[in-house]
Amino acid sequence: MKSAVVVFPGINRERDMARALRLASGREPAMVWHADTALPAGTDLVVIPGGFSYGDYLRCGAIAARAPIMDAVRGFAAKGGLVLAICNGFQIACEAGLLPGVLMRNAQLRFICRDVYLRVERSDTPFTRGYNAGQVIRVPVAHGEGNYIADGETIARLESEGRVLFRYSSPDGMIDPNWNHNGAMNGIAGIINERGNVLGMMPHPENHVEASMGRTDGRGLFAGLLDHFKVAA
Amino acid sequence: MNQTLSVIPNEPAITPELIAQHGLTPEEYERIVKLLDRTPSFTELGIFSAMWNEHCSYKSSKVHLRTLPTEAPWVIQGPGENAGVIDIGDGLAVVFKMESHNHPSYIEPYQGAATGVGGILRDVFTMGARPIACLNALSFGDPKHPKTRALVAGVVAGIGGYGNSFGVPTVGGEVRFDRRYDGNCLVNAMAVGLAETDKIFYAKATGIGMPIVYLGSKTGRDGIHGATMASAEFGADAEEKRPTVQVGDPFSEKLLLEACLEIMAKGCVIAIQDMGAAGLTCSAVEMGAKGDLGVTLDLDKVPCRETGMSAYEMMLSESQERMLMVLKPDKEKEAEAIFRKWGLDFAVVGETTPSKRFVVRHGGAVVADLPIKELGDEAPVYRRPFTERGKQAEIDPASVKAPVGIAEVLEALIGSPNLCSKRWVWEQYDHVILGNTVQRPGGDAAVIRINDGPKALALTADVTPRYCEADPFEGGKQAVAEAYRNLSAVGAKPLALTDNLNFGNPERPDIMGQFVGCVRGIGAAARALDFPVVSGNVSLYNETNGRAILPTPTIGGVGLIDEFTRSMTMAFKSEGEAILVIGGTRGWLGQSLYLRELCGREDGAPPPVDLAVERRHGDFVRSLIRDGLITAAHDVSDGGLLVALVEMAIASGIGAVLEAPSEVPAHAFWFGEDQARYLVTARNVEPIMERAKAAGVPVTPLGATGGALVSISGERPLRVADLKQRFEAWLPAYMVGSH
Repeated sequence: MKSAVVVFPGINRERDMARALRLASGREPAMVWHADTALPAGTDLVVIPGGFSYGDYLRCGAIAARAPIMDAVRGFAAKGGLVLAICNGFQIACEAGLLPGVLMRNAQLRFICRDVYLRVERSDTPFTRGYNAGQVIRVPVAHGEGNYIADGETIARLESEGRVLFRYSSPDGMIDPNWNHNGAMNGIAGIINERGNVLGMMPHPENHVEASMGRTDGRGLFAGLLDHFKVAA
Repeated sequence: MNQTLSVIPNEPAITPELIAQHGLTPEEYERIVKLLDRTPSFTELGIFSAMWNEHCSYKSSKVHLRTLPTEAPWVIQGPGENAGVIDIGDGLAVVFKMESHNHPSYIEPYQGAATGVGGILRDVFTMGARPIACLNALSFGDPKHPKTRALVAGVVAGIGGYGNSFGVPTVGGEVRFDRRYDGNCLVNAMAVGLAETDKIFYAKATGIGMPIVYLGSKTGRDGIHGATMASAEFGADAEEKRPTVQVGDPFSEKLLLEACLEIMAKGCVIAIQDMGAAGLTCSAVEMGAKGDLGVTLDLDKVPCRETGMSAYEMMLSESQERMLMVLKPDKEKEAEAIFRKWGLDFAVVGETTPSKRFVVRHGGAVVADLPIKELGDEAPVYRRPFTERGKQAEIDPASVKAPVGIAEVLEALIGSPNLCSKRWVWEQYDHVILGNTVQRPGGDAAVIRINDGPKALALTADVTPRYCEADPFEGGKQAVAEAYRNLSAVGAKPLALTDNLNFGNPERPDIMGQFVGCVRGIGAAARALDFPVVSGNVSLYNETNGRAILPTPTIGGVGLIDEFTRSMTMAFKSEGEAILVIGGTRGWLGQSLYLRELCGREDGAPPPVDLAVERRHGDFVRSLIRDGLITAAHDVSDGGLLVALVEMAIASGIGAVLEAPSEVPAHAFWFGEDQARYLVTARNVEPIMERAKAAGVPVTPLGATGGALVSISGERPLRVADLKQRFEAWLPAYMVGSH
């Protein structure tokens, strides 16, 4: 699996992501600068990591969505290439038109960093094949704007097409407002695009990948992607 | 030269009022005139006020700070640079410092706290280190004071807003409430970075005719006189000083970090200094003075945010996210390309000279020409008179009213503002970014893995201000001892500390006495525990309308763990394990929270700190952790044994069955704040008892873990779940205005 991590000024979880990719695949991802106009040849997976691209000034992700490299990312996605967009990456993907909807201020109007529980809704996608459908995983969130909102029609489509891959839940998998820290509609933590090759999610699976650090719940996502490419090859 | 300066137009005349507005005394002004042999220009007066104020010159504290122990075989750089540096082996060094941003945070909580974090991060990466963790120690006024809630909200949001965006985990610290901070909150921020031992960068300029380069954000009219403001008491007009507070831009700082580390790695840098307090003035003077060189600046080259800025404004601006560097002339182009890539300003604004003069040009004219050594490291030094407070009477535990029941006291204490959970605060800080946080906030010390391990750092920030006021010497010792204990409790060997000394007006002998006593106590403890002081900051004049804060010398401690997977936590691990207290319990109630919260008394001598015992017990606990003999460990501090024990229960959800020895009154036993104590749990008690006997360490069994209750024989049992609810409830409820 050859991955490319896109780095915008102000992105700050690119090292966390690079470590997770390295641990999963055994190879270093390419770090791609925002001002570049092309992805490295042979890229299998593009990752837009977390952080505060351009300081999150103006609107989260709005400036990054218009950076030179994003044309290449959109082209890559249009050809079916896999794009993993996490946290600020999710916000950028929404602003770039790769995913529907928008991420608003958390309902409590505060930045929140804590471990949350996610119910994995499907296991038949390249991003979730490392998990079982209905499985609950525990991974950290760290964001001030993670409150997913879209119009009724979009939400209905996302739900009817099974495009919600991760939902905030209780530890035993119940969808419950008490376990939804940011107020996202339908507890949405992660969605895919219509074609199923772009995943945007707010939580950080890349921060829970090492047993020695306590938890490995995030590993399934990376292991699943690796499997996907192995099978494909 | 005299002539040139005397004809500069449009400058206000130097009057006694103008001198006083600049925070300079008539004697200091006399000294300036004598040094120059003429009247200073307005710009020069501003420069002197920036360099000779308390904040930058340490003029009241210097003679006392010199008594602190600053050396050890592992210390690479002690106080005097941007931050302290210690060697942790494997060619790696830890760079760290704590600094206050008290006055700005009171005036404008969000930006004041944010730029406090920004400033301390710059201090660390200026030395070539990548920041890996931040901590902070916050002191607020009485929760009932009308300003407190807004200050807490603003300061916490500001710290988070800066650190989260910059991309450093904020992993620990402390939050306290006391009416003595009503008009003057404290925001102490600590940053810790990692560097290679052979790639540390310093402020000292070398070489004549070297280009001095300005990097980072543009200069604006913000923060002018910030350092002078920080060197004076507050009056009723504190709010009017808002324009002296800077505005932070963490995005630019993140770019500055990456650009600085990149040009350092490319070998472009001779010397580097961040523009913090007193901005361009302080950084340029320090680089020259440290290198015994002169500096010439051409202000026409300085990147400015707005047009028409005067030399005076440019020299005193505290605009954030700026750096000054001396570059190797042959690397100038390479360095410039890197800065352009990161979208940052880069301008050659001056050069080093052989003259030992600090010369500033603006609009083609010389606006300042000053002796650089006298301006910098030869600023005035004062031996201020001080009076030391007499010892307080010891309080006999038997003379303190016993409570209705131990359970009632515990319920009250665990849900009190100072002992309750601070989750509401630290959940607003990204504490997991970089993927190396082994122990998150809420424990004795945070633990941060170094790169991919196996080593890790333990980090803590501690002080007990009410002890410091009652007995500055013992209080100073206790602050260091508690940091030492918190590091030991997670299994770390304490290596070095940074001190952030927050006090009132040093011109008052009783306040100066607090300062002197605390510094002596810190020095005694640091010496006895081999825990040297490698960096620090002094914040004086923390007074409003003549009322001083509690003396608050915050100690930031750094310790080393050889194998991060073996770091110890405080949570009970399983049922049926023995609970032991290490260290003797006399039931010391003087200055305890029991006395304050339950009896409304703030008197008596604070618990004495026996440093030899601290060291012995710390060594003992670390050896138990190293050899795998215990399953949990927790420092016993504020609130005493039972509060510490309940924190262990809450962290695990497991209860305990306890028995108190009868020789000490029960409330004194459970809530006394005797020092040098730890609570530990173990599956097998025998080997611990044997070791303890051999080492001369008192160990007392208290009971066993298990069940869903904390029960003490003869007392009402309490459900752990209910205690947790009380522990977690106070702060969130307070912040929404419920009480």
